[in-house]
Amino acid sequence: MNDAVIGQGIGKTYRLGEQGTAYTLLRERLVETIKAPFRKREAAPREPFWALKDVSFTIGQAEVVGLIGKNGAGKSTLLKILSRITEPTEGRIDLFGRVSSLLEVGIGFHPELSGRDNVFLNGAILGMSRNEIRRKFDEIVEFAEISKFLDTPVKRYSSGMYVRLAFAVAAHLEPDILIVDEVLAVGDSAFQQKCLGKMRDIRSEGRTVIVVSHNMGTVSSLCQKVIWLADGHVKAAGDAQDIIRKYLSEGVENDFVWTPRHGILSAFEYRSVSVASADPASSEGFPASAPIDVFFDITIHDKFPAGRIEMRLLNDGGEVLLTSTSADPSGKLNHDWERGPQRFRCRIPADFLMPGRYFITITEPYGPYDMLRENVLSFMVTEEGSIAAQDQRQGKIAPILEWSRSDT
Amino acid sequence: MTVDYDPPVHTVIKPKRGLAQLELGEVWDYRELLGYFAWRDIVVRYKQTSIGVLWAFIRPFLTMVIFTVVFGRIAKLPSDGVPYAVFTFTALLPWQFFATAFAETAGSVVGNAYMISKIYFPRLILPLASIAVGIVDFLVSFVILLFIMIGYRTPVSIHAWALPLFLLLCVIFTIGLGLFTAALYVRYRDMRHLIPFVTQFGLYVSPVAYSTSSVAPRWRFLYSLNPMTAVIDGFRWSLLGTTPLYVPGIIAGTATSIVLLVVGLYYFKVTERIFADVM
Repeated sequence: MNDAVIGQGIGKTYRLGEQGTAYTLLRERLVETIKAPFRKREAAPREPFWALKDVSFTIGQAEVVGLIGKNGAGKSTLLKILSRITEPTEGRIDLFGRVSSLLEVGIGFHPELSGRDNVFLNGAILGMSRNEIRRKFDEIVEFAEISKFLDTPVKRYSSGMYVRLAFAVAAHLEPDILIVDEVLAVGDSAFQQKCLGKMRDIRSEGRTVIVVSHNMGTVSSLCQKVIWLADGHVKAAGDAQDIIRKYLSEGVENDFVWTPRHGILSAFEYRSVSVASADPASSEGFPASAPIDVFFDITIHDKFPAGRIEMRLLNDGGEVLLTSTSADPSGKLNHDWERGPQRFRCRIPADFLMPGRYFITITEPYGPYDMLRENVLSFMVTEEGSIAAQDQRQGKIAPILEWSRSDT
Repeated sequence: MTVDYDPPVHTVIKPKRGLAQLELGEVWDYRELLGYFAWRDIVVRYKQTSIGVLWAFIRPFLTMVIFTVVFGRIAKLPSDGVPYAVFTFTALLPWQFFATAFAETAGSVVGNAYMISKIYFPRLILPLASIAVGIVDFLVSFVILLFIMIGYRTPVSIHAWALPLFLLLCVIFTIGLGLFTAALYVRYRDMRHLIPFVTQFGLYVSPVAYSTSSVAPRWRFLYSLNPMTAVIDGFRWSLLGTTPLYVPGIIAGTATSIVLLVVGLYYFKVTERIFADVM
């Protein structure tokens, strides 16, 4: 069997001053000149933080490989490197064949454009040529079951139609190597089955698939081989069933607390970030009827430029539902920092979220800009006490709004 | 299904070192996507408005009317012997191109942050698509200019052949400054405040409302370091034949533009590596 993907010693740090020579000089000079008037610069200690280190693996042609590991283990980083979205700091990857990556369906869909236009736009973004899209157009429309609404702007589509169309385009890619994030397997269970079925088809067509998933059921039904990442290293790789058994025996994933594993990057340090329900009785999931608190335990070691902690709340489909920052209460974009250890709390009100799984992405202030820490926490909101669960209502959030009545 | 006997594509991913490779060949490979982005921006811009594409005509026309009333009639600025409306519109043409294309280009990366964190394509396509949109707007305005010139019975100068060259200069300058700003914007969100300032301030230091001949000779060369001076003078010279060409100024403006293009392109390419990490 031929190899489709060979990764050798892949490493990724988020340190920024790179090896470059002329590049650094040019960059430093320009940036320093331009930046000076805007922000006071604090020299951030440049300790590298390795999101991935010494990751090597080989994937054969037509193999379906699962990437598993806890949040923050480096799965997303590896996926992004394989997709060429971000560059590795060291190491080398050889890919043999046409590569498509699907970290999300419907990238670039524009609500104002018609279904037809979006198929072409999205297809082009995914790397299909105009002729290729034209050739597959009827098939895509048929698969999506939206032929009547082809010329309707997608903003008028129901969310089901939207997802079907987006997935239909993606499903008609014909890459040799497909890189997929589990976010694809969203929607109702019928749709999930359709997606999984399509992935099995892809396998039977002799394509190589790399899939990231939290769902061990999905992984064990799809993949022959698994790569288990832990703390940025390959912890184990090999037969899917063996590895999954070992992985599960390590205990259920608990993403209520996140502690960065790198040393201090700058004068701003996250000691831990955690999420908890204000209703302490619950353990596995948080009842919808109680507030949910996100705690940011930080230490400011030195004078640090004004900034903020930013938190994004994402739903199961990877959509950002809201962004909130520690500066919001002040009505400004940034705030000054007090020195020393301290805790910020962000409270998500009771009766605000729909039952379901949520992820929290945060930013880490780092010198002049913020660094993203994606999906560091995840939690379930249960149907307990949720009015929205009782009538299966539509919507992405379920806040209780103010209603009043008056005689007129 | 077709069977592909071509040897498999071999892609190597590894860290880039030293000076960035420009990888312009790849941009060419993705030219269809560039076209789609430009097309999307144009279609979407007019889709939500009730009079749609008419805005493309109304905007430059109204600006010209305001300039003519304020600067031509009230302030009575000299216009080198041509009707003020024609005089200012010839300058507004490249100026509006610069102002809108620069703002769009500068915001193109941050505006598409979501896409950048989810899929790979040559990032240069985003700013270049914004430039393409600007060129379409320019062509629309150009048609208006022709009508205005016919209306005022202004003869087209015999230098008209040089117009594309000055347009090219304008495009080079806009791309250079736009790329540089777009990359800076990713790191420093302060740029959001700076971009409108550049286009506002730039209007005063470019000969849009007034003629270069009103600039004191000893400031002339310094003034010409702004490439828009060369572009606007060039436009007036090619279309109206009135403003004589100030050759050192053209050279200075061209040199500034080329330096900016090189710096902008390289800065964009080296910063591109961290786009997905910091957004």
